[in-house]
Amino acid sequence: MTKDPSSVLPEATQAPPPRAAPPAPKAARGRFPVDARLAGLFGVFVLLCLVGWLTRPDAFFTEGNLSTILRLAAAIGVVSVGMTFVIISGGIDLSVGSIVALSSVWATTLATQAYGPVVMVICALAVGLGCGLINGVLVSYGRVVPFIATLAMYASARGLAERISGRQTQVVRETGFLSFFRGDFLGIPVLIWMFALVFVVGWVLLNRTTFGRRTFAVGGNTEAARLAGINVKRHTALVYGVAGLCCGIAAIMVVARTTSGASTNGLYYELDAIAAVVIGGTLLTGGRGTLIGTLIGVLIFTVLGNIFTLNNLDTDIQNIAKGAIIVLAVLLQFRTNRARKST
Amino acid sequence: MSGPSSLARRRFLTGGAAVGAGALLAACTSNESPQSAPQAVAGNAGQNSQPGKHVTIGFSAPAADHGWMAAMTKNARAQAGQFSDVTFTATEGTNDVNQQIAQVETLINQKVGVLVILPFDGKALTQVGQQAMDAGIPVVNVDRVFDTPLAYRTWIGGDNYRMGVNAGNYIAGELKKKGVTSPVIGEVAGIDSLPLTQERSQGFRDALAKHGFAVGPRVSAQFTPESGEQMTSNLLQSAPKLDALWNHDDDQGIGVLAAIDNARRSEFLMVGGAGSRNMMDLIKADSSVIKATVLYSPSMASSAIALARLLGQDKGIGDLAEHEIPANVTTYSAVVTKENVDSYADVAFDS
Repeated sequence: MTKDPSSVLPEATQAPPPRAAPPAPKAARGRFPVDARLAGLFGVFVLLCLVGWLTRPDAFFTEGNLSTILRLAAAIGVVSVGMTFVIISGGIDLSVGSIVALSSVWATTLATQAYGPVVMVICALAVGLGCGLINGVLVSYGRVVPFIATLAMYASARGLAERISGRQTQVVRETGFLSFFRGDFLGIPVLIWMFALVFVVGWVLLNRTTFGRRTFAVGGNTEAARLAGINVKRHTALVYGVAGLCCGIAAIMVVARTTSGASTNGLYYELDAIAAVVIGGTLLTGGRGTLIGTLIGVLIFTVLGNIFTLNNLDTDIQNIAKGAIIVLAVLLQFRTNRARKST
Repeated sequence: MSGPSSLARRRFLTGGAAVGAGALLAACTSNESPQSAPQAVAGNAGQNSQPGKHVTIGFSAPAADHGWMAAMTKNARAQAGQFSDVTFTATEGTNDVNQQIAQVETLINQKVGVLVILPFDGKALTQVGQQAMDAGIPVVNVDRVFDTPLAYRTWIGGDNYRMGVNAGNYIAGELKKKGVTSPVIGEVAGIDSLPLTQERSQGFRDALAKHGFAVGPRVSAQFTPESGEQMTSNLLQSAPKLDALWNHDDDQGIGVLAAIDNARRSEFLMVGGAGSRNMMDLIKADSSVIKATVLYSPSMASSAIALARLLGQDKGIGDLAEHEIPANVTTYSAVVTKENVDSYADVAFDS
């Protein structure tokens, strides 16, 4: 039934305690720290960094450049964290970029700015969460295929963003918002702290809580998960809510980075996020995946763009390289999967 | 501006809030920005401004998905409103070529007097432009050029090559004034696959070469603030010291400036492109790196409507000896600096 021996299904059927997972079964699963695929991916990442260092020894490993890379990775990284949840649960979310656009625009309308930074942040988060939950309800209770439900949100959220902004770039004049989110904390940009925080919270949620285990269970085998007593519909809706909330957080980051809200924000995020999740080793069919892989995936793409610009290369070739990396990573997964099955 | 359209918007938003995120957000959403009036060419002195024969002008343009494009449609509408002898029939903007063809065909069937077409793709719309001309409807082709002059009576548009030339000349002049000998000159281009981007870059290269300079670090963004910020952040890491930077587009310029601000860099001068109100305000304030912008003004849409009206009335342009409206009108990419910004404030657009 299950596609993978390391699936968490057996644990889920044992009706685990409601809150934190007991450490014992975790240890029994054992495999987590040493994963051949993750190690390979990390190798690719290290190799890329090496290329960056060799081609621009003066610029690559400078504090400013590393901070730039992480800052640029932050928004797409946060979106990819949400995407990882959705894909592990067996779904897909094509609307993340549009939700980022809508959240950012709604947060930067002048009336919102007049109420101050807190309202702007709440706006972005609420719009993101709301859109995610609508996706989730459509998928689970409405029985609309995820591809179609989120495709609808993809179109309508960006349309609404264009409507609200009047298709104009809305410059942020709220100085409190800018000085906080564009500032540093302990010498590190706030955006990077936010990214780290979302990642850690996401990791704990996925690997150390019932919510996470249920996500794996639903994605691995929906029927078995239902028989095991999981409210599959409610859980699916919540997973899309998590993804939407991540988009709201990313929207705040994009607004801070660009000092503006625009309906063009978050363009192609859905493709970038899916690419990062997939090369991170998460199965598109659901049931298995890791956030660490996603993180490395996001960093690989961001570093790639950085190296290309540092060496003044064409963006066209960058896209070709991006495609090649995706194919290589997926082929690698294919091989390791087969190898594992045969043992 | 704050008339029926903002009412409609507010009504729409209330609906959106109900679907989306509740009453709190509805209260937070209104966008009464300090928007300026769209650009209208004042009726010129002379007899052309006098009401004449009634003209119905059909208008078709791409979706207003970008500050500049939005200004084009707004300007056309505002200009038509200036004339008591013009009826303006606009179709909904679309980026679907087939839909735009269908829209133009509808306008032809309605037998409008003159057509103003800003094609999403000049090549793809050529056929339908020719169809209109064959039906005896003069076509004013705006900005993106049709494949053949058979498909239009008059073309009016900007000069992308000269935009690059003027940006290059201005930068070279400023650097020479400062006595810089081998400068590092950066470029943040728009979408590289578009001919307009290639022409702008070519003009920039050519002008710099004439002064013995060359383009150093170059990136290509997407005409959006976010891509501008992203590409410029990387570019600034690549060049620890810059002398000048040309950014093709003021929409993405908001992001470009955010990146510069974030990297706390100010050792170079920056030139923008297109001429948004934001950039003109910053140039006037003279408190940041941006010192100039080269125009690619959406006022050309206003002029297109004025030309269409004159075509419909069989008039020429005053002050020219020609009996007829010329077949080509190319707008000039003036360099807007602190010194002359006030005189260009009327063509600034909200990006």
